[in-house]
Amino acid sequence: MHNLYTLNDLDINEEGYVSSLVSNEDIRRRLLDMGLVEGTRVKCVLKSPGGDPVAYNIRGAVVAIRNEDSKNIFIKTNQD
Amino acid sequence: MGLTKNSTGIKSVDTGFIVTKNNETDKIIALAGNPNVGKSTVFNSLTGLKQHTGNWPGKTVTNAFGTCKYNNTQYILVDIPGTYSLLAHSKEEEVARDFICFGNADKVIVVCDATCLERNLNLVLQTIEIKNNVIVCVNLMDEAKRKKIDVDLQKLQKLLGVPVVGTDASKGKGLKELLDLVEETSTNTVNIRYVKPIEDALVEITRLLESKIDSTDLNLRWIGLKLLDYNKELVSGISNYVGYDLDQDSDIKMVRESLASKGYCGEKLTDTIVSCIVLTAEDICNETVVFNNKKYTFKDRKIDRILTNRITGIPVMLLLLGIVLWITIVGANYISGYLFSVLFWFEDKLAEFFVCVNMPKTIYEILVYGVYRVLAWVVSVMLPPMAIFFPLFTLLEDLGYLPRIAFNLDKSFRKCNACGKQALTMSMGFGCNAAGVVGCRIIDSPRERLIAMITNSFVPCNGRFPTLISIVTMFFVFSVSGVKQTFIGTLLVTLFIVLGILMTFLSSYILSKTVLKGEVSAFTLELPPYRKPKIGRIIVTSIIDRTLFVLGRAIVVAAPAGLVIWILANVSVGEISLISYCSGFLDPFAKMLGLDGVILLAFILGLPANEIVIPIIIMAYMSNGSLINITDLSLLRDLLINNGWTWITAVSVILFSLMHWPCSTTLTTIKKETGSIKWTAVSALVPALCGIVVCFLFNLIALLLFA
Repeated sequence: MHNLYTLNDLDINEEGYVSSLVSNEDIRRRLLDMGLVEGTRVKCVLKSPGGDPVAYNIRGAVVAIRNEDSKNIFIKTNQD
Repeated sequence: MGLTKNSTGIKSVDTGFIVTKNNETDKIIALAGNPNVGKSTVFNSLTGLKQHTGNWPGKTVTNAFGTCKYNNTQYILVDIPGTYSLLAHSKEEEVARDFICFGNADKVIVVCDATCLERNLNLVLQTIEIKNNVIVCVNLMDEAKRKKIDVDLQKLQKLLGVPVVGTDASKGKGLKELLDLVEETSTNTVNIRYVKPIEDALVEITRLLESKIDSTDLNLRWIGLKLLDYNKELVSGISNYVGYDLDQDSDIKMVRESLASKGYCGEKLTDTIVSCIVLTAEDICNETVVFNNKKYTFKDRKIDRILTNRITGIPVMLLLLGIVLWITIVGANYISGYLFSVLFWFEDKLAEFFVCVNMPKTIYEILVYGVYRVLAWVVSVMLPPMAIFFPLFTLLEDLGYLPRIAFNLDKSFRKCNACGKQALTMSMGFGCNAAGVVGCRIIDSPRERLIAMITNSFVPCNGRFPTLISIVTMFFVFSVSGVKQTFIGTLLVTLFIVLGILMTFLSSYILSKTVLKGEVSAFTLELPPYRKPKIGRIIVTSIIDRTLFVLGRAIVVAAPAGLVIWILANVSVGEISLISYCSGFLDPFAKMLGLDGVILLAFILGLPANEIVIPIIIMAYMSNGSLINITDLSLLRDLLINNGWTWITAVSVILFSLMHWPCSTTLTTIKKETGSIKWTAVSALVPALCGIVVCFLFNLIALLLFA
């Protein structure tokens, strides 16, 4: 799996593009509604005091996601 | 966090979709939108109502109603809870979707955030898909301008095919134009282009529907989409609405099965549909929005790095709480003193007046020393802290700080198998626990929502922390003066509140390991941009709101309580007054908790409203001894000490006030929200048992160490 990471691998100010969501039904629905579909650019912007959850910039909104959920979101470093 | 008469009272209804019109000519307008886009502000500006506003997603959880008149037409506005989507994954989304779908709204205004248009368009597109009576209101235009974000409204209108207007609701800008658009008729709707297999199936199913359904204001293409992306409940809802049983139709079933054979069914179908909507939104946004300053979020992130930092995050949070409490304590002291002297001067005058007009002694004593006096106590001791604390907290809320608290505390809640959004409902609890319980709807998982509801009363509400403040002031900072006094007072009150928060964690943990076992559900929390609060408006409206609310409650609850207390204190069986009889009965048990019978009785009688607990205690003590007039807090302290209070009693009262049964309003709300007597009972028992155990242990330890 060349160039493939999960969302929680991102450090502050790093970004990537969503490649696939392997999350369960419940959270995947919600993330899709927030616009986290395949190919979406995501940037890590903020970590909470305990390092979990972490906030990401998704389509102009800052959304906090727990690490246990973000590790189910695969990302790649470039768009295509 | 606000409990106002509008947000929980008769004016908020969340059942049923049909709004009754007063006149045939009345028009109904629904306000939809993502959470936290200023929907409530638009609503308030149009209606003049004081629907509580704040800068965090999920603040409006019930449909609120209001009216406004424009060009001789009466408009009934319905504020729908904010949602990201209408695909109905949560209770709010279902309420919003059903209202748009089956409600009788003449127009649906979708309010958008100009600074985050792309994500907002998702909901706009979904709404346009359902019905063709949609108007798009791009709010927060001024904020976008400050961030150098250009939104081409005309182009947006062209691309969406529905009327679009830019507003800045907090300043009232663009609202006239918005109402002008409401009067126009709109026709066109944009079609979202789905991938070919779905698109083909949609065309076919729409053709089928045209021949089967007579006429409906629902978009047939959307009905077709919902028949493909099958949801039994919604399909039966639509069937009822259009008067045709779509579920049993074999032609429709065939189209669905044919699409499924191409691999588009279940999850994949839903995902593809969502993706198509999101990508359409992206395309439209690319054509209409220009970001001239790529670093527009720079300042917000800088503030965030301090407020959510590993080292400073939690201390800053406690410091802010401390500052708010300190201002409350200092300010309340002044106002209390003033109210004391005025209200008790008036009590004398009132008594003199009644004597003058020859009113029978029993009656005027009931009125003056029963009803009036409890009212006066509530107003002078309880009202000032509430009236100061509330606007200060609203200030933090408007800034956008509360979601950061949830962000900071989520890890701890996660460890308790609960949801970080519980921090938001706790914050609402500071205002009123009943409001906090209603606010728990923002938590999607039913299990985590129940935990949040049951534990909400560990946060001292506005009716209880004046108790904390006055007792701390009387017993712990009485001998020190000046700045030091208020500083120590603040520290102690903060500590007690932190204890309440720790108890929330502990009981959440125990609940999730026992009666509410289960997996932690997913958590997403939006951190909104910081916004400049409208300080003047907040202070004026929240003080007035709070004052009126407390006065209203005082009249409804405190006055009758005063009457009951006076009767209990003055009616004797044999030689003993009823109150002594009752408190004597409770005394042995109360003593084990470090309280006495009178205090426990006050907590029981205080069930309708916690504000009246301290006034009841005072009344009861005063009826035992000679009827003295208390003119300030130091005499009150003497009264308590004469009745056997020590610092141990004071701490026990504070602990018990922090942890006992929630007030009856909160319990009624829990019953309404859960629909279950069992969970209502659990909500009363959990804090009560905690209080009893903690008080018992504290008292035991204190007696062992200091006796």
